Amino acid sequence: MNQIKQDPDVFKKRMDNIPDHLLVKCPYCHEVSFREDIGPEHVCPKCGFAFRILAKRRVKLTFDDFEEMDAELTIPDRYTNKKYREKIAKAEKLTGLKESVLTGKAKIKDLSFYTGIMDPYFIMGSLGSATGEKIARMFNKATADKLPVVMFTASGGARMQEGIDSLMQMAKISSAVAKHDQAGLLYIVVLCDPTTGGVTASFAMQGDIILAEKHALVGFAGRRVIEQTIHQKLPANFQRAETVEEHGFIDAVIARKEVKPTLYKLIKLHQKEF
Amino acid sequence: MDKNTAYQTVKAARSQDKILTSDLIKKLVDGFFELHGDRKAGDDPAVIAGIGYLADHPITVVGISKGKDTDSNIKRHFGSPTPEGYRKALRVMKQAEKFHRPILALVNTPGAYPDVNSEYHGQGEAIAQCLLQGMQLKTPYISIILGEGGSGGAIALCCGDQVYMVKDSMYSVLSPEGYASIMWKDAKKAPAAAAEMGLTPQELLNDKIVDQVLPEIKSDQDIKKLAKFLNNKFTALEKLPVEELVSRRQQRYARY
Repeated sequence: MNQIKQDPDVFKKRMDNIPDHLLVKCPYCHEVSFREDIGPEHVCPKCGFAFRILAKRRVKLTFDDFEEMDAELTIPDRYTNKKYREKIAKAEKLTGLKESVLTGKAKIKDLSFYTGIMDPYFIMGSLGSATGEKIARMFNKATADKLPVVMFTASGGARMQEGIDSLMQMAKISSAVAKHDQAGLLYIVVLCDPTTGGVTASFAMQGDIILAEKHALVGFAGRRVIEQTIHQKLPANFQRAETVEEHGFIDAVIARKEVKPTLYKLIKLHQKEF
Repeated sequence: MDKNTAYQTVKAARSQDKILTSDLIKKLVDGFFELHGDRKAGDDPAVIAGIGYLADHPITVVGISKGKDTDSNIKRHFGSPTPEGYRKALRVMKQAEKFHRPILALVNTPGAYPDVNSEYHGQGEAIAQCLLQGMQLKTPYISIILGEGGSGGAIALCCGDQVYMVKDSMYSVLSPEGYASIMWKDAKKAPAAAAEMGLTPQELLNDKIVDQVLPEIKSDQDIKKLAKFLNNKFTALEKLPVEELVSRRQQRYARY
């Protein structure tokens, strides 16, 4: 695993061309499965946990057509820290993206909408200022074109390296969501593993309809921070999609293969008023 | 920013000698009447909400407050709101919109309270709604950071038309201790973190994160001056047509 972390080339090669005999362990149920059994969706055959996937893979799995926006928009030059720059370079290589979100106009069958897909492999899908810019631009385009938005969230939260600018993205994206909301347009969120911190505390929890993938981690505060506050072990399934649904914050937890037909059905219903 | 200067600001922002949000509200707002509860599940004492007069004009105030002593600090989780607190603030802000009263939000929090119940009760959703609805409130809305402006727990109430900080305050994505332990695996390097993070009022003013740095509030005289200052600001904002007020607020945050 260490070697994978250190060398994005090795990782990418494996992602693209994993030999069939390779075994994978589910990070949720810890059961081991054959690589070929997790299918193109990358779902644990034992428990249904939807593994973290590259944004580009999700595009292939979910849409019939996709036109990327702002592909070249990247981290501003003003962040000069060497370590940060190295992290960015690795993340770019790993994901084929220039920021932690992939945005664009998508189609499922006859229905068009705008979409943003966060990539958990790009510095943990953290919220950089260019991430916020891309998401805000995508929302503004959707508002102008009077189209729905579907956001796939997967993020560790704020990006420390960008400090207060990262925090401001919560407000910035919220202002773009607000305009889309005021225009009476549909916003659907799909919470993916993991959705935490500032992303949960802003656009991930602002959807008209909030879906989640099976067993996805969804929460605000980090596990360790909570344990330090209460000095006790956390309950089982704490901050898992099913638990969050039980408490009333998610409309439906669905299997990954259900995401595409569910989005189609929901967007279709909003095409028409009574 | 110099390491010592930055960390001095952090210490000053956290100082016990600072005026409590709860005390400031009582002195700043004539005839303050506190409104309790989120009308959903509970009442969080870390958030004080209510109505009163500012220079003879009715206003709505929401404030995150630390406690005076150990007892009140335990009740208020040292100024860390639960979701019920954010929902109370939002409820009272929506009420302000209904009655065309300006909103003053006062913030002094190390961050939203991180415990099991707050997660179960939707801490993320509560903050997210403060942001989403806050961007659309059709009434003037001013935020002031009085001490600590800790991360998401602070920005929830810092999305007004104007955001001010007092001289001894800080505003950051996480605490310098947290930053140091994540970046260098050593919480003791907090002073160096503070220097790197750009969390002092002057730096944030330069970065246009805040609109103005206000003098520290200590004496009754300072409070009188603050009341006059705020009254002028609210009067100016009240003159804007509502559509323009809201659109300007949204533009203010779109630029980041």
